[in-house]
Amino acid sequence: MKISYTPKEIMTIMAAREIKNGDIVFSGTGISMLAAMAAKKINAPDSVIFFETGAMDSLLEEIPFAVADPRIMYWAAANSSLTDAFATMQNRITGDRVIAILGAAQIDPYGNLNTTCIGDYYSPDVRFSGSGGGCGVASFVPRCIAFMQHEKRKFVNKLDYLTSPGQLTGNGSREAAGLRPGGVSVVVTNLGVMRFDKDTGKMYLDQYYPGTTPEKILENTQFHMDVSQAFQAVPPTENELKILRDNCDPQRLILGPVA
Amino acid sequence: MNNDTDKTMPLAEAVTRFVKTGAHISIGGFTLNRNPMAAVYEIIRQKITGLHLYAHSNGTGLDELVGAGCISRLEIAYGGNGKAAPTCIRFARAIQNNEIQFEDYSNYMMSLRFMAGAMGVPFLPTLSGLGSDMLTTWGFSESMRLSDPKIVDRKLAVVDNPFGNWGGAKKVVAVPAINPDVTIIHVQKADHMGTCRIQGLTFADVEQAKASRHVIVTCEQLVEKAVLRENPDMNQIPFIHVSAVCHVPFGGYPTAVYGHYDYDAQYLKQFAAAARDEAAFTAYQDRFIFGVDSHGQFLEQVGKDRLEAVAADPRTGYSVNMKRD
Repeated sequence: MKISYTPKEIMTIMAAREIKNGDIVFSGTGISMLAAMAAKKINAPDSVIFFETGAMDSLLEEIPFAVADPRIMYWAAANSSLTDAFATMQNRITGDRVIAILGAAQIDPYGNLNTTCIGDYYSPDVRFSGSGGGCGVASFVPRCIAFMQHEKRKFVNKLDYLTSPGQLTGNGSREAAGLRPGGVSVVVTNLGVMRFDKDTGKMYLDQYYPGTTPEKILENTQFHMDVSQAFQAVPPTENELKILRDNCDPQRLILGPVA
Repeated sequence: MNNDTDKTMPLAEAVTRFVKTGAHISIGGFTLNRNPMAAVYEIIRQKITGLHLYAHSNGTGLDELVGAGCISRLEIAYGGNGKAAPTCIRFARAIQNNEIQFEDYSNYMMSLRFMAGAMGVPFLPTLSGLGSDMLTTWGFSESMRLSDPKIVDRKLAVVDNPFGNWGGAKKVVAVPAINPDVTIIHVQKADHMGTCRIQGLTFADVEQAKASRHVIVTCEQLVEKAVLRENPDMNQIPFIHVSAVCHVPFGGYPTAVYGHYDYDAQYLKQFAAAARDEAAFTAYQDRFIFGVDSHGQFLEQVGKDRLEAVAADPRTGYSVNMKRD
């Protein structure tokens, strides 16, 4: 029997699979929060979810809609502050255990992110919320998952504004700028999963979802991407989907309508 | 200052006394949590303009102040209001229409800037932002910076680590201190002298308060000194930092105050819808801000049913199973 799932469901599961047991997961809201919750219930029971606002290991009885949602303050190990939360990531002892989940309006071939504006900075066509925690997280954390809709206008050659650093211009430029290794290490979209070449720092296609092809993904990407190593992703299993649907978001507040 | 100075006063008086035209201010809270909303509405009602706002991640309060034209200059990391407005609507418009001067930082940079101000050092170092456009693109022009003694000459500076590679970093980003004229925070408990107890996350309120020349505290509960002194470990801000204490129940509404009430998702949605349309926005302001003369009257406009819907469950500190979409 063919298992059916929505794009949001496969994205959530693919991201959850990136989280390892014992990871400290920096979570935003929406689908990234759901991926963190799913990982904890499926493959990484000892992972710890934390938020830039300062809550560590909250008991998420309800899905929070913001990183300042009072739902993250309940039954946490500690409720602290912004300076504490970012210190946890900048701290070399705890920071190396953190995996972060970020989103963006634009991403470039080197995993740099734009969450600031489209068009001219001073007089933008569209202004977005800005860095928030994003720049700090991408500066400090060794592994980051970026959630993106796979569209040509979002996978661009050059960002309108570089808010959060990835590999900068590749070939070791991140480290040359003074940053530790890290930044976006995997990109999860509605079409596939991308990673970055260790030497050049350039994005390549790692997995494409059933029902799509590397060619289709390239059609939705402004820049050239190596697809020679790509393989078809293992779709979400019945068990993964059951836990996601029944135990993580039973009201489908984030998952939205069923397939 | 006498240790027993009673700093309580009506909110309107505190705003008139400490929030002057053109003042450099900061407001506490984070996006849709513990914003000092009663004070924000009072600033708007008093039509105080030309304000320079320092913000890390602001939401509801920011968008009301920007929407009302109170803010001329903004230094900010994030303008978002949860699900109702992932990017604050009036904030985005003001930038797109060149109505305010703005400068972008990261949340950590802004928090450290307040901390530097609280510590009395000119800057603090971080690794946040190396390689980003925040270092190279300045919203405030150099000439504007040089001509205003209240604004630091440079947005940020990358400096060599004076200790070589100690700590595993050859260079750091120096973020300049902030010392606002006034910071306004809303807390769960305060006493007459201004000692504060915040329940739940403190965000950057403590650093913001300690960096500031004046602090206005609005509180859910005004309690006797002994109530706070019995458990001093639970207090974050001692009275010495505080200039005014205003007892304003529901003073954070429509944002959340942990242990007291949730954010009002419906109010925020209604605000977002109004913010997208000039006529609707004017009508919104006329009804909820200019049409009332106090936060008490504002709450009457909002209605008892809304306040009951957001009331916190005593076990979790938020409103369980509240309709949020």
